[in-house]
Amino acid sequence: MDAHASDAASPVLSLSAVSKAYHNGRARIVLRNVDLALQAGEYVAIMGESGVGKSTLLNLIAGLDHPDGGRIAFEGQDVSAMDDDDATLLRRRAMGFVFQAFHVLPHLSVAQNVALPLRLNDVAHGAADLRVAAMLAEVGLAGRGDERPGVLSGGELQRVAIARALVHRPRLLLADEPTGNLDPDTAAHVLQLLRERIRASGAAAILVTHSARAAATTDRILRLTPDGLVPDAPPTQIGP
Amino acid sequence: MSTLRSLTLTLLAGEIGARPWRALIGVLAIAIGVAMGYAVQLINHAALTEFSRTAGSLMGNADLEIRGPRGGFDETLYPRLARLPEVAAASPVVEVEAWLPAQRQTLKLLGVDVFRAAQVTPGLVGRPAQPDGGRLNLLAPDALFLSPATLAALGLQAGSTLTVQLGLKTVRLRVAGALPALGEGLRLGVMDIGAAQWQLDRLGLLQRIDLRLAPGVDVDAFARTLHDILPAGVVAATPRDTLQGTSSLSRAYRVNLNVLALVALFTGAFLVFSTQALSVLRRRSQLALLRALGMTRRELLRLLLTEGATLGFFGALLGLGLGLMLAAAALRYAGGDLGGGYFDGVRPSLHPEPLATLLFLALGILAATLGSLLPAWEAAHARPAQALKAGDEEVALRRLHIPWSGLATIAAALLLTQAGPVGELPVFGYLAIALLLVGAIIAMPQLAQAVFGRLPLARRLPVQLAFAQLVGAPGRAAIGLAGILASFSLMASMVIMVASFRQSVDDWLGAILPAPLYLRATPGGEAGYFTDAAQQRIVATPGVNRAEFLRTGQLLLDARRPPVALLARQVDPRHPGRRLPLVGLPLVPGPEESAPIWVSEAMVDLYGFRSGRLVALPIAGRSVTFLVAGVWRDYARQYGAVVMQLNDYRRLTHDRRVSDAALWLTPGATPALVAQRLRRQLAGGEQVQYLLPGEIHAVSMSIFDRSFAITYLLEVVAVLVGVIGIAASFSAQALARTREFGVLRHLGVTRRQISAMLALEGGLLALLGVTAGLLLGWAIALILIHVVNPQSFHWSMDLMMPWRSLALLAIALVAAAALTALFSGRRAMSGSAVRAVKEDW
Repeated sequence: MDAHASDAASPVLSLSAVSKAYHNGRARIVLRNVDLALQAGEYVAIMGESGVGKSTLLNLIAGLDHPDGGRIAFEGQDVSAMDDDDATLLRRRAMGFVFQAFHVLPHLSVAQNVALPLRLNDVAHGAADLRVAAMLAEVGLAGRGDERPGVLSGGELQRVAIARALVHRPRLLLADEPTGNLDPDTAAHVLQLLRERIRASGAAAILVTHSARAAATTDRILRLTPDGLVPDAPPTQIGP
Repeated sequence: MSTLRSLTLTLLAGEIGARPWRALIGVLAIAIGVAMGYAVQLINHAALTEFSRTAGSLMGNADLEIRGPRGGFDETLYPRLARLPEVAAASPVVEVEAWLPAQRQTLKLLGVDVFRAAQVTPGLVGRPAQPDGGRLNLLAPDALFLSPATLAALGLQAGSTLTVQLGLKTVRLRVAGALPALGEGLRLGVMDIGAAQWQLDRLGLLQRIDLRLAPGVDVDAFARTLHDILPAGVVAATPRDTLQGTSSLSRAYRVNLNVLALVALFTGAFLVFSTQALSVLRRRSQLALLRALGMTRRELLRLLLTEGATLGFFGALLGLGLGLMLAAAALRYAGGDLGGGYFDGVRPSLHPEPLATLLFLALGILAATLGSLLPAWEAAHARPAQALKAGDEEVALRRLHIPWSGLATIAAALLLTQAGPVGELPVFGYLAIALLLVGAIIAMPQLAQAVFGRLPLARRLPVQLAFAQLVGAPGRAAIGLAGILASFSLMASMVIMVASFRQSVDDWLGAILPAPLYLRATPGGEAGYFTDAAQQRIVATPGVNRAEFLRTGQLLLDARRPPVALLARQVDPRHPGRRLPLVGLPLVPGPEESAPIWVSEAMVDLYGFRSGRLVALPIAGRSVTFLVAGVWRDYARQYGAVVMQLNDYRRLTHDRRVSDAALWLTPGATPALVAQRLRRQLAGGEQVQYLLPGEIHAVSMSIFDRSFAITYLLEVVAVLVGVIGIAASFSAQALARTREFGVLRHLGVTRRQISAMLALEGGLLALLGVTAGLLLGWAIALILIHVVNPQSFHWSMDLMMPWRSLALLAIALVAAAALTALFSGRRAMSGSAVRAVKEDW
């Protein structure tokens, strides 16, 4: 089933009849017949109960795991058929990640953390430094590039993670419960920032979340059920 | 530099900067291994270079050396060879290892014909101290020319007198000049050949003829044609043969030292493995993040291997410096043979070779890289999505387990023990030990699971927590366990082997020294002997009930091997076991059969002289057939020894002189009293060395201990590295469990309870490691005793288990492990419990 009415432009990401099961003694079906079409610049929230397979779906889209059935196409390329190296290189060039647990490397400075995707993409040092500085300014951390992650608050750490996810101008951003470890006020700020930055970058984005408030910051909300992705209630604007 | 490479360096610098102690331990472990290996190589190379240089200066321009036994050969061979058209020049040489009573040491004396030597071995022509008229000194009967090293060592100068012992008499020689061409390393004296034959009692005999061949003559082909001309026991050796013989003298000893040094490097590599494995485990989600951000498997593998190689590079660099210092110190204080007794009279100096230096640098890097390989491979192949979550560590460790490969490796090791030597070295024996160790380490997780899975349910909380950790995380347990296993098994195997060897030598000395008093004509060298008259005088001395005499000599059976010792003594052919420590049952030859000989175990290995075989030996210039009537154990002569009856020797050589005597005394007579009488009554009796079996025993055991000193040192270093590894592994594990400790503290578990839990975990791990290590050490000791030693040194020994030492070592290790675990845990708990549970990673 297609959860989104088809647009004239070809989607940046399309999933058709994707399924996945885990085999641990006996098979446990996590995803069944998942269809999705995501246009460039579109920001979508995926909600669902715990264990329904939201994170698994993100991993499949990112090429970190392989589906048992169906097809995942990113910009026309079949991600599900790629080997690990090709999927990794695609992720490196075209995708960005934001995690619930921040995952900011503790022994690198803030700037070094943000620069990681640029370094992986072989961006020259000078250009990389300029982009990192600009990105830190955009997330409200201007001048704090030399600080160590240990001195930052949870909200600041997630800002670093957002900067890192967008610094290399990905075409798809995947955010897995990015506010799960934050207090409501900080979470609201982070979500607003995330939306602004996604808008500014023009990237498509998927936000996996439990929170209706978080989901409401996106363009549309989908709910992951055992039978696939279904449209949820229309989003309402939150915040100031 | 590519940005990816610079990213690798950034990440590397970040990790090393964050945990400098872990990096330092890895660097030190590799440094110690490289230092030991490099030092042994430097010392061996220095000694062999000096020895080869010495051999080179002694052979001069000679293309061939015609060499006979120590007793010499008929000098009429010289004109026959000199007249051959292929020979451009020939130089006859008399060679005697003489005892210097005043200096209490031996000196090699050569007698040369200066006119002939000038053409073949010009370095052996002396330079008289007085230029005008002094040239006649070259031919003077008492003139002796000494090498600069001898002059310096004996504190002599031109005009000094040097007394040498001959038979039981002494001869005074005058220092007439020096041998400047021989350089600083060689101790040697040269005199005129006629004077030497006369003064040193070698009339009509030569020990060597140096030949320079005509241009165009094929040296090897000519050496083969000489085989028919040369009398039995005289061989033609090329300079290459001489060098090979020199090198083979200490080859097995050197190889064994190198292997021991490599053991230190192996334990270093193992330490890198355990610290890297735990470090990779701790950073599991960080590495998974890099994969999620787009780092490929290969790039991550390269990153982690670069990390290991960097530790290896700095470790090897430090090790090379340390090795150089160690080698310089060892050469200064222990000599070029490190106490092995192979290079007497040689004073080597260090000359680091670029190739060997690079090789050890590469070995250090390789060891550390190999140590990182398995953890790096696992991290690169982990599923990033799964690894990003906490609690995935045991899954990672499970991937390092390869079921059955441990048992398969052990089985392969057992098969290899059956293979023979390669180039007279126990290559497969060493491989078997390495495989046994690796196999046992691989099998550790299964062992940990099997043993800890049977732990009973405990009531007390610390015990319950410790048991739960050991049962629930056998992978973590196995890493600590493997460190204990490696270090304790190596330690136990060496302790068992050395104790077995020591006990066997002790028993052997008891068997070969049955008499209460021994006489040796000279404490050193070969120029001392008892004449027939002296022997009769000894027998007739009051207090002497019975005397048995021994004549020592040499047999040259192969130009490329060191000579074989010939021991002519009184042996009852029906009961040879009364005088010789036989291995197996002897044959009793019939009256019609060839004369019997009894050979040492080395003769069986090196020359195939098996019991029951008829063999030809060169005696007095003839080839004589003997029956090998038995094999005996000999710890004194690694290159082979042959015992024959004194009567047979005398019948074949007509030489009645002997070098040693064993005396049995009449009731009431004491060794001291009899020695006193002999000293007084025997002409030259004051030159004789009087030895009590206890003294010989004590001196022999002290030589044994000295020659094993370097072995002990290398072993201690290997074990030390192993113990550091255990400490590093416990400390890394404790660090990785900081969050767990924080949670326990939140739940109300006291620091004391956590400490007790850690000590119990460490103690239990060490107990299992020590038990498995003892079993493995015993198996390695069996290979050392029954494969490595017989194939290296050609002697067997009996197994002896030094339970007391093993128990002490085991207790010390278990206690050290428990304490290390305790202190590591305390350090990990020193931070705030609140921060510990909030830690991002």
